[in-house]
Amino acid sequence: MPQDRPTAAELLSAIADFLREEAIPALDRSEPRLGFQMRVAANSLGILEREARLGPAADARELERLKKLLGRDGTLEDLNRRLAQELRTGQRDERDPALMAHLDATIADKIAIANPKWR
Amino acid sequence: MTVQGPTEAENVASVLARAVARHLGGDVKIETLKRESGGASRQTWSFDAVADGKRHALILRRDPPLETTVDPERSTALDRATEFGVLRAAWRAGVRAPEPLFELAADDGLGEAYVMRRIGGTAIARKLLRDPPYAAARRKIIGQLGAILARIHATDTATLPPLGCRQAADQIASLRRALDLLSQPQPVFELALGWLDRRKPAPRPEPVLVHGDYRTGNYLADESGVTAILDWEGAHLGDPTEDLGWLCVKSWRFGAVDKPAGGFGSREELWQAYAAAGGAKVDPVRAHWWEVLGTARWGIICHNQAWRHLSGSIKSMELASIGRRAVETEVDLLQLLKGEG
Repeated sequence: MPQDRPTAAELLSAIADFLREEAIPALDRSEPRLGFQMRVAANSLGILEREARLGPAADARELERLKKLLGRDGTLEDLNRRLAQELRTGQRDERDPALMAHLDATIADKIAIANPKWR
Repeated sequence: MTVQGPTEAENVASVLARAVARHLGGDVKIETLKRESGGASRQTWSFDAVADGKRHALILRRDPPLETTVDPERSTALDRATEFGVLRAAWRAGVRAPEPLFELAADDGLGEAYVMRRIGGTAIARKLLRDPPYAAARRKIIGQLGAILARIHATDTATLPPLGCRQAADQIASLRRALDLLSQPQPVFELALGWLDRRKPAPRPEPVLVHGDYRTGNYLADESGVTAILDWEGAHLGDPTEDLGWLCVKSWRFGAVDKPAGGFGSREELWQAYAAAGGAKVDPVRAHWWEVLGTARWGIICHNQAWRHLSGSIKSMELASIGRRAVETEVDLLQLLKGEG
């Protein structure tokens, strides 16, 4: 049975807004060092909010691509370990367009969660 | 980070009073002592020493004794005595850096430590890149950084304390070892290290002094531009192009992505200033290789930083959150490998 609303993303978003709008301005006045730390925390909550919203679909897409690329079944962890090993040993490299398309898509999904403003 | 109790600060002040007196002679009073930065293990303190009515603005760099944590990021960092020796050699070679004054003795009880002059200016990238007082400095900084770097690389290696030599192949090997210590596989970093391995430049037959962390955030600047190069603990012998590549890593542009050289100018401006000050003519292919290496290195350092928290050696939300920045360099690496960015 699902949890009641707010969803994880909604609750994380509410906490991050509260920190930015109320806690951080107050801390900046009284304890600037903690104000800085709280900005880091609020930023991390933003990452978690996007991860809660976008993460499951991104993981599912990555898994499907990896199965196709490597021609085998397994967990995300297994398949990424296999891919990393093939890259380390030189069995695959950047001249493989299917590999590059997979990595482009994977990293696009990761940065959309970790830092969508990065360019 | 812990708030310093009066005991530690009082102890540091009384040791400094004796040590500065040995160096300057006469009676010395220590004033405005405060911890600037650093974790528990590597500390920077700022203070004034008043001797014979004259005020000296000084900095103490210090590793307290009995460091118990094993810190992967520090494994290649210089101890304070070697850092002091490097700084002294660079200062004597005319590099714009804080003047190193003296080392503390072992029986002073502060651990490995030395004192240098305090230089004015800010290291905060956001201010240097955007605040109005630095508008004129922004036009000068990249030329100054190129010229200072040429002088660092020209430091007579015979004047340096013993330093490790880290050429291209050593760097790849050490980044692969670092990846093997992480709990998750990292396909993009493996891809980049394979790319780097197949293209690695030949080792420099005569390695030079490499600063090792030459980037925006690690120098001081004021309205007139760069006032001092800081953070020498990554110094080693190697390929001078390493410093030029590292300065252009996108993470050190702090948002000014269209200005590859430290957020202040083009790569070509940097290379021209470097060559005009006596540095070797820069090979763009070699510089690109070191920029890719630097980008991979910063991404792997992000993971290492998070690992310091995850392994339980230091409890820090800030370090933990750096782990989620590694993907920024994965974006950059994929761009660089395609010849973009």
